[in-house]
Amino acid sequence: MNQFNYIRPSKQQAAIDAVAKDGNAKFIAGGTNLVDLMKRGVMAPQKLVDINRLPLTKIERQGNALRIGALALNSTVADDRQVRERQPLLVQAINAGASAQLRNMATTGGNMLQRTRCPYFYDTAMPCNKREPGTGCGALEGINRMHAIFGFSDKCIAVHPSDMSVALVALDATVLVSGPKGDRRIPFTDLHRLPGDAPEKDTTLEPGELITAVDVPDGPFTKHVSYYKVRERASYAFALVSAAAALDLDGTTIKSARLAFGSVAHKPWRLTAAEQMLVGKPATEETFRQAAAVAMQGAKAFKHNEYKLKLAPNTLIQALKTAAAA
Amino acid sequence: MNLESDKPAQHDEARRYFLKQSSLLTALALVPGPVVQAASAQFDETVAAAFEKVPLKLEVNGKKYKLKVEPRTTLLDLLRENLNLNGTKKGCDYGQCGACTVHVDGQRVNSCLSFAVMHDGKKVTTIEGLADADKLHPMQAAFVKHDGFQCGYCTPGQIMSAVACVREGHADSEGEIREYMSGNICRCGAYTNIVAAIQEVKNGGQKV
Ligand SMILES: Cc1cc2nc3c(=O)[nH]c(=O)nc-3n(C[C@H](O)[C@H](O)[C@H](O)COP(=O)(O)OP(=O)(O)OC[C@H]3O[C@@H](n4cnc5c(N)ncnc54)[C@H](O)[C@@H]3O)c2cc1C
Ligand code: FES
Ligand code: FES
Repeated sequence: MNQFNYIRPSKQQAAIDAVAKDGNAKFIAGGTNLVDLMKRGVMAPQKLVDINRLPLTKIERQGNALRIGALALNSTVADDRQVRERQPLLVQAINAGASAQLRNMATTGGNMLQRTRCPYFYDTAMPCNKREPGTGCGALEGINRMHAIFGFSDKCIAVHPSDMSVALVALDATVLVSGPKGDRRIPFTDLHRLPGDAPEKDTTLEPGELITAVDVPDGPFTKHVSYYKVRERASYAFALVSAAAALDLDGTTIKSARLAFGSVAHKPWRLTAAEQMLVGKPATEETFRQAAAVAMQGAKAFKHNEYKLKLAPNTLIQALKTAAAA
Repeated sequence: MNLESDKPAQHDEARRYFLKQSSLLTALALVPGPVVQAASAQFDETVAAAFEKVPLKLEVNGKKYKLKVEPRTTLLDLLRENLNLNGTKKGCDYGQCGACTVHVDGQRVNSCLSFAVMHDGKKVTTIEGLADADKLHPMQAAFVKHDGFQCGYCTPGQIMSAVACVREGHADSEGEIREYMSGNICRCGAYTNIVAAIQEVKNGGQKV
């Protein structure tokens, strides 16, 4: 691994300045993604700014939302009483990710910003526009079994691997960011971007911007929720496809719904059209099938991921059925 | 030594050679006192850049260490290569197998995926620190009794993870144990016996 300078500021502004001023500096939180990528030579920052001394671990109520600090650990969030009561979908999504050990290290901010698991991104001998802009996308004509069916470009067909983010996008979360130009709030749907012509950019964050927290607004989605993840073994594997479903039911009638797919696009994939279609309908399998058909509009497969065109709607139907029955 | 704060470290061959030759750990006594104090009080940029190695205080299995380490040293490598605690195993080195599981401040983590310097001031427990002198920890005894291993390579990680699994309250059923132990891969496939060992400890009600 390349050598790097290491600093551990205790002031937020110092951390932001350190990264804003130096294009080769990166924040490090849990390290579970960055250390992995540094060992493989996929990323080689010359300076690491360890943010673990910043006071960003709290989970607290803020108005009509739960504010989860960027450094709150995945395991802490999933075990938190308030989160369990108010946002069970988020708990399910977090617990579906990685392993108990990794969730003890992974942070809320780091999880959102974890990078794709595309094998071409990981293999430095292969072309990858995300890792090395201009080299081409190895997956486009290569092995693309795990890749996108929505929102891709001819520059990149990678998917975002985070489970937690799928719940956050469905739950209308807002990301709180602090940067060299001050603070701002980013709707979760706008945090991650589509690859377009610049797949090297995963998100809309500016250089030096630090995620400080995420706000998850209170909602009626405290009971009928399901995060349904399909993977190649029962646990400790990334999703082939996942679906988050949250329903607000009046008897058997759907008052409102929140839906999202994971591992189908460069960003967690919110399904607003399908949500709207569900409103006022009975919570039956037939309705869920119709919603899944709406959700899949515009999907397109590559050579090896055609199975996702079938798996994704079925996963969504399963999530909806499980949520309704919960 | 690079004393200017903003310049990245120089990468000339001579320096590399020197770094290879010098042992990873240097006595902290070699560093001027006030600098060390400044470093631990607030580890700011100026001080950090003045070091090639970073001071690190760690308590491992009850023993206190004052070390100086290269920032790129993982906690796993520090334990194995420098503190000679090679009970903790390196399986994949990428967070995928759990062989490197240790406890940091009581929580189980993959020691291969974090830099040692990130654990400054923390308490680490490895498999070597689990037994009470000559008396095996109940989880160790249960693994022996139930043959919770074949080759044994994954075992230190399995046992550290198993102890945490029970302490966390995630060992209430076979299904829950399997889910919460999924971060520990056993290529010999001793899973059935590992689950049995954990269930025995959990149901035995001993303090773990
Ligand atoms: C074997 C394995 C299996 C896994 N399985 C899954 C899975 O099934 N599902 C899943 O969702 N994830 C999975 N993961 C990924 C894991 O969830 C992420 O690695 C983790 O969430 C990243 O969080 P971190 O705090 O360790 O991030 P770090 O590695 O510390 O950082 C990741 C990135 O975020 C940046 N960053 C961190 N915090 C901030 C902040 N506050 N502001 C701005 N930038 C920041 C860093 O600069 C870095 O670029 C797996 C990982 C491994 C190793
Ligand atoms: S060596 Fe750390 S998880 Fe495999
Ligand atoms: S006992 Fe051989 S890998 Fe588990």
